[in-house]
Amino acid sequence: MANISSTTRPAHLQHHFVDSDQQFDSAKLGMWVFLVTEILFFGGLFAAYVIYRSWYPDLYIQASELLNTTWGAINTVVLIGSSLTVAMAIRSAQTNNNRGVYINMMITLALAVVFMVIKYFEYTHKFHLGIFPGGNFAPTGEAAEILTHPKANIFFSIYYMMTGLHGIHVVIGIGLMIWLAVKAKNNAFSAEYYTPVEVVGLYWHLVDIIWIFLFPLLYLID
Amino acid sequence: MSTNSTPIEQKTKLHVQRYVQEENPAVNYLNAKSGIMSWLGTLDHKRIGVMYLISISFFFFVGGMLALLLRTELWTPAKTIIEADTYNHVFTLHGAIMIFLFLVPSIPAALGNFLLPIQLGCKDFAFPRLNLFSFYLYVFGALFSVTAILTGGLDTGWTFYTPYSITTSSSVIAMTMGVFILGFSSILTGINFIITTHKMRAPGLSWGKLPLFVWSAYATSIIQVLATPVLGITLLLLIMERVLQIGIFDPALGGDPVLYQHFFWFYSHPAVYIMIVPGFGVISEVIATFSKKTIFGYWAIALSSLAIAFMGFVVWGHHMFVSGQSPLASFFFSFITFLVGIPTGIKIFNWVSTMYRGSISLEAPMLYALGFLFLFTVGGLTGIFLGTLSVDVHLHDTYFVVAHFHYVMVGGMVMALLAGLHYWWPKMFGKMYNKTAAFVAWLVIFVGFNVTFLPQFVLGSRGMPRRYYNYIDEFQALHQISTIGAYMLGLGFGIIFVYLLISLLKGKAAPSNPWNARTLEWTISSPPTEHNFEHVPVVLHGPYDYHFPIEEFQLGVAGGHHDIDVHTEKVVTKPIETEE
Repeated sequence: MANISSTTRPAHLQHHFVDSDQQFDSAKLGMWVFLVTEILFFGGLFAAYVIYRSWYPDLYIQASELLNTTWGAINTVVLIGSSLTVAMAIRSAQTNNNRGVYINMMITLALAVVFMVIKYFEYTHKFHLGIFPGGNFAPTGEAAEILTHPKANIFFSIYYMMTGLHGIHVVIGIGLMIWLAVKAKNNAFSAEYYTPVEVVGLYWHLVDIIWIFLFPLLYLID
Repeated sequence: MSTNSTPIEQKTKLHVQRYVQEENPAVNYLNAKSGIMSWLGTLDHKRIGVMYLISISFFFFVGGMLALLLRTELWTPAKTIIEADTYNHVFTLHGAIMIFLFLVPSIPAALGNFLLPIQLGCKDFAFPRLNLFSFYLYVFGALFSVTAILTGGLDTGWTFYTPYSITTSSSVIAMTMGVFILGFSSILTGINFIITTHKMRAPGLSWGKLPLFVWSAYATSIIQVLATPVLGITLLLLIMERVLQIGIFDPALGGDPVLYQHFFWFYSHPAVYIMIVPGFGVISEVIATFSKKTIFGYWAIALSSLAIAFMGFVVWGHHMFVSGQSPLASFFFSFITFLVGIPTGIKIFNWVSTMYRGSISLEAPMLYALGFLFLFTVGGLTGIFLGTLSVDVHLHDTYFVVAHFHYVMVGGMVMALLAGLHYWWPKMFGKMYNKTAAFVAWLVIFVGFNVTFLPQFVLGSRGMPRRYYNYIDEFQALHQISTIGAYMLGLGFGIIFVYLLISLLKGKAAPSNPWNARTLEWTISSPPTEHNFEHVPVVLHGPYDYHFPIEEFQLGVAGGHHDIDVHTEKVVTKPIETEE
């Protein structure tokens, strides 16, 4: 708008907002609504999980024996830790500390990568046992002895869909954190403007929370 | 500090002045920038709205041509012009294109994109880039759908029911991928609408002063945001079913096809309300404007939109009365389906009450609104028949359902879209259209529509199943009447296309408020300038305050707020006293 003098508007403020508060509140509410859509997106899978579990409770108890509780628990700790560091990054931004944002983002990033590496070993171990998703499902050796239930394939379809979709969200989160780390390196954030850190933080907490539901539902049955 | 959120009103004192708009500005949003890239890369919500309008019109044309092909084939009981397999492809594509590429984005994405920020008194949506991104997702999703058509077509019906959709050799993956992407486009539009309505309203524009179009767009956005992700995951599971045989929906692998139906209708029933609720908003605006009367029951209309949105989530099972769900579930679904009739009825009665003793002028938008009232009421009431358990067992999957759905979607939504298009056309393009031609087109469409679909109620109640290529000889007369009606409909839409094109090329310039309406978009120029408002507007009146003469009906200017330099030649400097 031509008749607004540019001197009073900070550089980060987009032209269609009245002031920084409005911009920040809009972005934050937007992220919350987006998180609602994410919950419903996963909600479909949780519904499938619940329905099959109520039909075949014994299947779930049997199949979850093949999931490694130790590695699942370690991954849970890793993700909760990363939620802490992402919250610390937001705090750093609020206190004008771009270096703090950068360091905390790098730690979060590292924890996210650790999560994915553990997930990779879990997946490859299952593939090694012949537990492939869907049509290639053909358990061998000890897995074949445990998985006697005729619908074992469906449990693992749900497992792979849920953890796979969650994994994709972790990867997207890693991308976002690289972006934020670069911005922090360039001193982009301040107490007046840290919207990207805040909304990515919200997203990352959701990724964390979904895992916190997945872990007991898949690993801790019985 | 950003987290410190003191209300604007407390922070800066608003200095309110009256303001008169400029008529037909030389520079407006259409000609401010030129070149194809200024359109394709635009962040202006008005231009994005126009691009959506062009896209949905194109797909409406494609879907309509497919419909004519279907009706032509049904001229005789056996083969008329196309093979049975082709017929299956054509009805699937007609349904999928009309629903996912035309109806779902139609009013929200085309008219809503154009109007919502203006009606809220702001310069743009909260997230203009997201808005453009959602348009490209739409284009991208459409490309996937076109790919599906070119690489083997689709013969599952628009519902993609398993197990057939898992085994058929047609391009299910490309089409569902397309719909999946279109869903994200719809979600992003919904998020933008919700946030903009919450956070971007102009000073003075309280929730009780929102135009009803905004209320309906808001209710629609809630459905889009809550229902569409479920469709996303459903289609993703269907794609995985085909790619990896995950078995969740496939009975051959121990899965459950009825679970697919539950998932699908959990989205697709609310989606029906995504398609119709924005239409309610248009009708509210048009009926108030052309009755020149304050809308009757503002809050009843506003809140019934939300009621429909929420109830829409708990009726999906009425699509599955004969799918083997438990009789108890069917009973509840049937009961709640009847309840949806209440908020819908509230709207109809409020509209009729608004017209009662109003000064009704039968301009083109009002004609379509009246058409809507008749046709949508028929569509709604036949929905009650279908929601009745015992009746539905007889009518399920017959032409009765087809006729019901088309009365709601064409008689309701398309009529509302046309009402809105004729209503806001002068605002969007700054041109008037030929009113006589508009009347003729309306008459042809209204008559043609009834000739097409009334016989289908009769056919359905006599047992003609939907989606069938052949039928018994006794049905031929009714089928032929229906086909003639379909061609009349096609003719009507053709007339509209021609006179709107003429209007664009050499129509009379439109004044800023041709209908003497009261909502914010009529207080700015036609067509609007790039930033809609040259000043931060202050809303002084309600959107339906027809008891004020139009001269008193002006927009305030927020002065002293963030150094706004007031153009004195445009502003009538008359500070107002406390008005309300």
